[in-house]
Amino acid sequence: MTAVRTLRGPLLLTLTLLVAWQVLHQWAGDTALTAPLPTLEHLWEMIGQKRFLPHLSETGLAFLQALVIAWAGGVGIGVLLGGHRLTGEVAEPILVGLYSLPKITLYPVILLLFGLGMSAKVAFGALHGIIPVALFTMNAVRNVNRTYLRAGRAMRLSPAQTGWHVLIPATLPEIFTGLRIGFSLTLLGTMLGELFASQRGLGFLLMTAIDLNDVQTILAIAVLISLFAVAANSILLAIDKRLHRGAAA
Amino acid sequence: MSKAGWIRLVVLAAFFGAVEALCRTGVISPKLVIAPTAMVEAMVKLLGSGELNPDIRQTLSSVGIAMGLSVTGGFALGCVLYWLPPLRRTVDPFLAAYYSLPHFAFYPLLIVIFGLGALPLIVLATLFAMVAMIMATLSGLDRIPRVLIKTARMQRLSLPAEIWHIRLPAAAPHLFSGLKLAVTYSFIGVIAGEFILSTSGLGHQIAYAYDNFDNRTMYGLILLVLCIATAFNLLVFAYERRLARQRGQ
Amino acid sequence: MNAVARLSNVSRIYPPRAGHAAVHALGPLSFELKAGEFFGVVGPSGCGKSTLLDVLAGLSAPSEGTVEFEGKPVAGTVPDGVGVVFQEDASFPWLTVEDNVAFGLRRLGTDPAEIRRRVDFAVGFMGLNDFRRAYPSQLSGGMRQRVCIARTLVLQPRLILLDEPFGALDQQTRLLMGDELLRLWRETSATVVLITHALDEANLLSDRIGVMSARPGRFIDVVETGWPRDRDSRLAERPDFGAVTSRLWSLLRTESMLALGQGAQAAE
Ligand SMILES: Nc1ncnc2c1ncn2[C@@H]1O[C@H](COP(=O)(O)OP(=O)(O)O)[C@@H](O)[C@H]1O
Ligand SMILES: [Mg+2]
Repeated sequence: MTAVRTLRGPLLLTLTLLVAWQVLHQWAGDTALTAPLPTLEHLWEMIGQKRFLPHLSETGLAFLQALVIAWAGGVGIGVLLGGHRLTGEVAEPILVGLYSLPKITLYPVILLLFGLGMSAKVAFGALHGIIPVALFTMNAVRNVNRTYLRAGRAMRLSPAQTGWHVLIPATLPEIFTGLRIGFSLTLLGTMLGELFASQRGLGFLLMTAIDLNDVQTILAIAVLISLFAVAANSILLAIDKRLHRGAAA
Repeated sequence: MSKAGWIRLVVLAAFFGAVEALCRTGVISPKLVIAPTAMVEAMVKLLGSGELNPDIRQTLSSVGIAMGLSVTGGFALGCVLYWLPPLRRTVDPFLAAYYSLPHFAFYPLLIVIFGLGALPLIVLATLFAMVAMIMATLSGLDRIPRVLIKTARMQRLSLPAEIWHIRLPAAAPHLFSGLKLAVTYSFIGVIAGEFILSTSGLGHQIAYAYDNFDNRTMYGLILLVLCIATAFNLLVFAYERRLARQRGQ
Repeated sequence: MNAVARLSNVSRIYPPRAGHAAVHALGPLSFELKAGEFFGVVGPSGCGKSTLLDVLAGLSAPSEGTVEFEGKPVAGTVPDGVGVVFQEDASFPWLTVEDNVAFGLRRLGTDPAEIRRRVDFAVGFMGLNDFRRAYPSQLSGGMRQRVCIARTLVLQPRLILLDEPFGALDQQTRLLMGDELLRLWRETSATVVLITHALDEANLLSDRIGVMSARPGRFIDVVETGWPRDRDSRLAERPDFGAVTSRLWSLLRTESMLALGQGAQAAE
């Protein structure tokens, strides 16, 4: 019963989008927008092809590396800045400034520094994701209620125990929100990185399709990435909400 | 200025000084990065020569229009979603995943619908930036303390008066964060679009300079874009700070 | 004496929310407020005092029963002439003290000179003269609450509802504020309902005190104090003062223990 209720929204949305897609297709014609069903068939066919796999794994690998760097680096930086007040105060405006830069402009610089290929994509993805993770972690660590720490000391906890039983549960919900946002932005950065100047990956396929005006392939890839993004996000959001419920109680 | 402020200034000066020195001594090849002062020089020269004025005008007006549309539209849609919780529950997963969707895959579609030129870029950037404003509006409205709404009812305010005198000022801090994000995302939308498929505009000129190994022009232009975006952000930030200081946050 | 407000068989049940069962917070409860009286309400925490105030003010409709103010039914909107000071801080952080206090009058389009006069009076009355241009963030919790009281007073309500307004004040300031409130009440001949958790305070300020049961809140008794109209905090020196407080406590003791148990259950 509850499963039906929680799934009703997303199902309704998917249905609405499919209908809108079909209607738009009728209106704009095949050259602009292929119909949903043939597109999905095409996607299925593409996934089955042997030459598709290297592209998929290239993108997946780039994204995974970028994500690891963004998450681990962001949490590391955040803990450092949150734990040491002055360093945090010095760095925060710089981070916020970097966060609100249109980083897309820096892409040519990344290409010059990292060369064409995997490392530029990873760098660009990580560049997008690392700052929000760092900012959220910093705030989480900074805002740990001092009373918890005093209570920990009153209970004679060792530093390790304090870390495990007090600091991690107290900071995890906020940090996780940062990780979730970092996930989305890393994906965005990696995809942007693949769109410009790359010779492999889904982004490359997408650009080739755009050049060839192969609408069906464009849409198929867009659907594939969107499905992944929405699915991953829903899971992360569900975990996020659960963690925050625990934090509020 | 605070102690942290001074340290930040020193750190930033040291950073740029070091880059400058490394570039001037040739440790960093000018094929990769040119000296910061050279970037400034290039930017000033570009501005002075006036040859890029049409591109500057085109990009800035596109960004400006996209920003205006996304802020007003995002605010309006945010309000609609706030008043219609079932609709909001339905689109929530979509909003949360929005920024990891591959927007640029929908470019060809936009071009077919809106033709070549600035219009598809404006539409793209607007769609890109609007969701940030929608989410900021929602979180602003969500966080209005209930007791303030009760106060409005106690003061017997009409609905428009309640919105104007209580809900808007109470939500203002979040609306400003949305505004800042909308600025950044409008820039990303327009510049990224110009990178891929435009034949004019600052994004195109940056890509063109990159392709022609013209690092001076490229860095000058990048600096210009970053300066404009930062200037706008600082403006919003200054106003935000004034509000926040009043409210003691 | 005629009734200013009348509650008949009023109860309030909060509908179930995600993960929470419905809460029967109040009633059924009936009573009349006499014109010009000072009515205190005491009861264990969570018994529905704030809910009662919401219903009385027309901020929320009762689930059952009817509410009347000055003979007219109150239906989901706050009637003209009712002023409320909430338990939570409701000062507007984006306005100065002065602008906070003048807020309601400006919305009504009152003449500026009149606004000035009333704001001057209310600000002075609440001891906020030195903070007219300060923002709420620069004030203590107790001072912010005074801003809210002043903001309500300038509207010159005929019925004033106060929900634990002195909760954030220290005992001495509480006593002084109580005296001021009594003076205001005498001068304006308004009807006052004061919710408080301090039994002494209820005793000192009220003509009648409604003692509420544990949730769902009902009046288990209404105690008449019989104090003279021009009283102040020195009343506490009277030999018969303590007897009323003791009576309130004997009425409340079991209910408070019950409420404590409810809290323990809710926490499980
Ligand atoms: N909006 C609400 N939704 C559900 N339950 C509520 C709500 N407001 C109050 N309650 C519950 O109703 C009961 C009475 O609350 P309240 O009137 O605030 O008590 P008091 O002011 O006497 O402390 C409490 O158990 C409280 O948890
Ligand atoms: Mg209460």
